[in-house]
Amino acid sequence: MNENLFASFITPMMFGLPLVTLIVLFPSLLFPTSSRLVNNRLISLQQWMLQLVSKQMMSIHNTKGQTWALMLMSLILFIGSTNLLGLLPHSFTPTTQLSMNLGMAIPLWAGAVITGFRNKTKTSLAHFLPQGTPTPLIPMLVIIETISLFIQPVALAVRLTANITAGHLLIHLIGGATLALMSINTTTALITFIILILLTVLEFAVAMIQAYVFTLLVSLYLHDNT
Amino acid sequence: SQDSKMASVVPLKEKKLLEVKLGELPSWILMRDFTPSGIAGAFQRGYYRYYNKYVNVKKGSIAGLSMVLAAYVFLNYCRSYKELKHERLRKYH
Repeated sequence: MNENLFASFITPMMFGLPLVTLIVLFPSLLFPTSSRLVNNRLISLQQWMLQLVSKQMMSIHNTKGQTWALMLMSLILFIGSTNLLGLLPHSFTPTTQLSMNLGMAIPLWAGAVITGFRNKTKTSLAHFLPQGTPTPLIPMLVIIETISLFIQPVALAVRLTANITAGHLLIHLIGGATLALMSINTTTALITFIILILLTVLEFAVAMIQAYVFTLLVSLYLHDNT
Repeated sequence: SQDSKMASVVPLKEKKLLEVKLGELPSWILMRDFTPSGIAGAFQRGYYRYYNKYVNVKKGSIAGLSMVLAAYVFLNYCRSYKELKHERLRKYH
């Protein structure tokens, strides 16, 4: 049990070939493109959802920030679909790997911050000192604000990794417990099974919420800096 | 009658799999295009065959997406079979 618990998080390789590339590319198969006005049901549903999300998320930005719309929408689609596909049995979720989430978080955060520093230098620097701080506190507060700025990409990545990994681990553990309890005491097994169902519902929600949170935070960092 | 006899002889390379006779099968397989662009073409044809049959229709159902997900689950199961076979219900592992 101990070795098997984390076995599902190993990068999948087959005969030395990186299968993980195929798994990362798989969600793109589920989002077909079409240049028609009226599409089939799958594409229509996806377009409706995308319009809903993009209107809600990009409404707070000015013109310069709205150039990021494509990036942010691809981001939320990718993270959402990858997380949801990871809930299927035996599948591998790329977003459980910290390396991948750091690879998503650091460039996006750095892009937003550098845009802010290049175009609105004074405002970006002013963010390091909140309004109305007493004078003796200023040096310490600048240090604290710098740390809080640099921790943003790390927090983005670790938040996503930890949430998804913890959810998968809980499902594995409680599922294993249900199986083991079935031969010992059926009532407890039933209770554990109900817990498993509730957990799965939670995981579906978490999968989508985490995607939303990631994208929302990136968009907030962008808003600060455009 | 002469023209119909000529038209019915289709070259082996262009026959579909179900029209190939059993004796001709090895030579048919060897004649297939195994270059990278040939394999890519085969994948593309397969994708569009599935897409146009199940998804790109007026009243597509959930079956079009579900079959893809089921195949995905099955392929992942095959991939991790080696680790999974230790979890069988046995008295002694």
